[in-house]
Amino acid sequence: MMNEFSGALTSPREAPPSPLARGEGKALHAIATLFLSILFLILPALAAHAMDIQSVTSPKGVTAWLVEDYSVPVVAVRFVFGGGSTQDPVGKEGLANLMTGLFDEGAGPLDSEAFQIKLDAGAEMSFDATRDGIYGSMRMLAEQRDEAFDLLRLAVNEPRFDQAPIDRIRAQVLSGIIANENDPDTVAQNRWARAVYGDHPYSRSDQGTRQSIAAITQADLEALHKAVFARGGLHVAVVGAIDAETLKKKLDMVFGDLPPNQAIAPVADIEPRLAQHIEVNYDLPQTSLQLAWPGVKRKSADFFPAALMNEILGGGTFTSRLFQEVREKRGLAYSVNSSLVNQDHADALIVTTGTRSDRAAETLGIVRDVVKRLAQDGPTEAELAATKKYLIGAYAISNLDSSSAIAATLVELQLDDLGIDYMQRRTGYINAVTLDQVKAAAKKLLTAEPTIMVVGPPLAGAGKG
Amino acid sequence: MTSRTEWLRPTLLATSLALFMTDPVLADNAVLPDTVPAEFKVTDFLLDNGMEVVVIPDHRAPIVTHMVWYKIGSADEPPGKSGIAHFFEHLMFKATAHHEAGEFDRAVSDIGGSNNAFTSYDYTAFHETVAPSDLELMMSFEADRMRNLILTDDVIKTERDVILEERRSRIDNNPQAVLDEEVDATLWQNQPYRIPVIGWMQEMEQLNRTDAVAFYNKYYRPNNVVLIVAGDVQPETVKALAEKTYGKVARGPDLPPRVRPVEPEQNTRRTVTLSDARVSVPSFSTQWVVPSYHTAKPGEAEALDLLAEILGGGNRSRLYQALVIKQGIASSAGAYFQGTMLDDTNFTVYGAPRGDAKLADVEAAVDAEVARIASDGVTPDELEKAKDRYVRSMIFARDKQDSMANIYGSTLATGGNVQDVQQWPDRIRKVTTDEVKAVAARYLVLARSTTGYLLPQQQAGN
Repeated sequence: MMNEFSGALTSPREAPPSPLARGEGKALHAIATLFLSILFLILPALAAHAMDIQSVTSPKGVTAWLVEDYSVPVVAVRFVFGGGSTQDPVGKEGLANLMTGLFDEGAGPLDSEAFQIKLDAGAEMSFDATRDGIYGSMRMLAEQRDEAFDLLRLAVNEPRFDQAPIDRIRAQVLSGIIANENDPDTVAQNRWARAVYGDHPYSRSDQGTRQSIAAITQADLEALHKAVFARGGLHVAVVGAIDAETLKKKLDMVFGDLPPNQAIAPVADIEPRLAQHIEVNYDLPQTSLQLAWPGVKRKSADFFPAALMNEILGGGTFTSRLFQEVREKRGLAYSVNSSLVNQDHADALIVTTGTRSDRAAETLGIVRDVVKRLAQDGPTEAELAATKKYLIGAYAISNLDSSSAIAATLVELQLDDLGIDYMQRRTGYINAVTLDQVKAAAKKLLTAEPTIMVVGPPLAGAGKG
Repeated sequence: MTSRTEWLRPTLLATSLALFMTDPVLADNAVLPDTVPAEFKVTDFLLDNGMEVVVIPDHRAPIVTHMVWYKIGSADEPPGKSGIAHFFEHLMFKATAHHEAGEFDRAVSDIGGSNNAFTSYDYTAFHETVAPSDLELMMSFEADRMRNLILTDDVIKTERDVILEERRSRIDNNPQAVLDEEVDATLWQNQPYRIPVIGWMQEMEQLNRTDAVAFYNKYYRPNNVVLIVAGDVQPETVKALAEKTYGKVARGPDLPPRVRPVEPEQNTRRTVTLSDARVSVPSFSTQWVVPSYHTAKPGEAEALDLLAEILGGGNRSRLYQALVIKQGIASSAGAYFQGTMLDDTNFTVYGAPRGDAKLADVEAAVDAEVARIASDGVTPDELEKAKDRYVRSMIFARDKQDSMANIYGSTLATGGNVQDVQQWPDRIRKVTTDEVKAVAARYLVLARSTTGYLLPQQQAGN
């Protein structure tokens, strides 16, 4: 009875937020998994109160951002090492992903079983790989803090990569790869990644292929761990019931003995290839449409003008132009939205929608028309003013609603090099954006010929009547 | 808690079940332990018009979660009108006598808030997360649309197209969802949980203005509402604001008790099979009808919760250890119990093979673990660890405001009360190994079960 409703039993007007959408303009997952929308939300009150973020540096030189808070007896830890699945050697795609499944499968003197029994006493640990980084998270009861940090130290420094867990986790990953081989969405996203990124590492599957994961050895895992887990590529955030002095000791214990520098392969920047038409034909009642335009770098001066433009086009509110034109006025779709996707080496503006197959051509036409009008005329002064208020206001609600969420946000701020006082400055950046800047951003990004992918029955002949 | 993220369609049984597994069993079983200081005390009161209000303090950030829970869900729909509860949830975002369509959404957006709604079998909830200074504005919008909605045929027609598209997206494009829908209709022979929340396509297509207005007038009344306010607010303030806004809405006629058809005795083992070209790895799930927290005898639902956790609640569970780790035949295996329901509910076990193992091997191994727990029971150590995991997850859930709001809202909308939530940890602590064994033996009987198989195309007819 204490359960929250089950996901299966509810039927929301709109979907629950993707757990992947966090951070600002930072896609934690790759463009291949584009069904995520990046939300830009900050609450004025919090921005004004300015959450007290301390920068804590340990004697051995490990730095973490800390928000000390004792209202709930919990500590949340989040960290990232730069260099994710792009570091998978050719022919061993899926290596980083497989590695992240093995950190709680034995470390130091503890085998898989012993490690998990200890972990079960008071903490949760998880690792995951994106294209650009390997993330770790731990959530622990304050009273179990010492034991939990000790397990984290073992996992980070001395993962065992024993053969039995390697084979078991590999078999689970393989099962997932096979299970998706005939899934239209997976097939389509793989086609999309190859079309948009060519032979850049971003075109490869994070999970790997049947052949590539079979080729991975214990030595490969050890080599990747050694190359990536170094202090040079590390960012850490901690939130909850712990003080700075105690945290310094824990930071040294967990991260202090890692090598100083990473040994990761450089990855080239890439412009997503546009002006393509991709059809992935399946006999489905609903057609998925996905369109890509150029994006904008997170550090670019154009970032906030572009972010406001994206919000007006199809961002996180029920009032966006795409939502109004496609859903509210015509009932052509349940979901339609746009997002700015920022990865370390590629940026894009992506629109996605699902629409009844016999009217897919009509929906595509309306999406393109909405985009064309925004590119030509830009938004109105009133739209811009309202969208600024929204972007300024909703950050906290989206990004700071639990200790784990705050820790995740602080790691993204570090990765983007935005500064520890960014939350106070953010409102000023948004308010400073002019209508002309947003118009220029719309013109610059949206006049390009997009890459369009259609997943469903052939578009030609559909929806023409 | 926010808008507009694309719905992620689980394409794997393992994926969808992983959600079930972590959601209902562990993630949000939050209540306040007895040791919680007074400033976290939950307050509960009634307005004169019969509307119930619950205030959950959380002063860590200047945010408040405001949720209006109507005690009306898809299982309350009139025959032949499936989907009306969810359709009506959509219609609540249209124009009222005082606000044009979209004005509420714009107001929320303007203050940087988030808003949304959801519908389930037993309730429909509307929610906003905003700064505390905007709470009154949210209340006035919600109080307005409780009674002043203006529904035209044009509005109905366009929004009906949206829900039909929602059905195609959630169900018809997804073989797992198509199977689940028909498994539910087979597990439940008489109880309304047999009908999907989204509705049957041919009935959804016929929903009209007359149906919507009748539904609105009957159920959207203050005396059918539980209001949950969680966040940086004082109970006295919430009370004053609620009286000023919701308090002005007239009480509606008393609603009849929510007494629905119940299941007849089940005497058969039922199976449902879907073969689909999009499926490459087969999977299965077996379900039983069991009592919910609202229908169970004292202690039984708590025992079922612990049984689900020990049998299949995560990596330390029996099913995972036996099938995934020791025997190495499954890529996933687990169990879950959905206890927060007004009527009897379901208990589910599931699995999918890996490597050269066959689905039949996995199913046989799951059945063997179920039989073993029913005949031999659980160990005191397993039970203690499962209880500890619940206690831990409660503390973790206190870290997230809307988790607390959802727990109180769903409990109160399914026949429970504030004390039920608060005393739940104590009741969990009291469950004995004998009680867990007893519910396993009583309910998990294969001869009275319903199994769904999702198979690749080439296995059709085998």
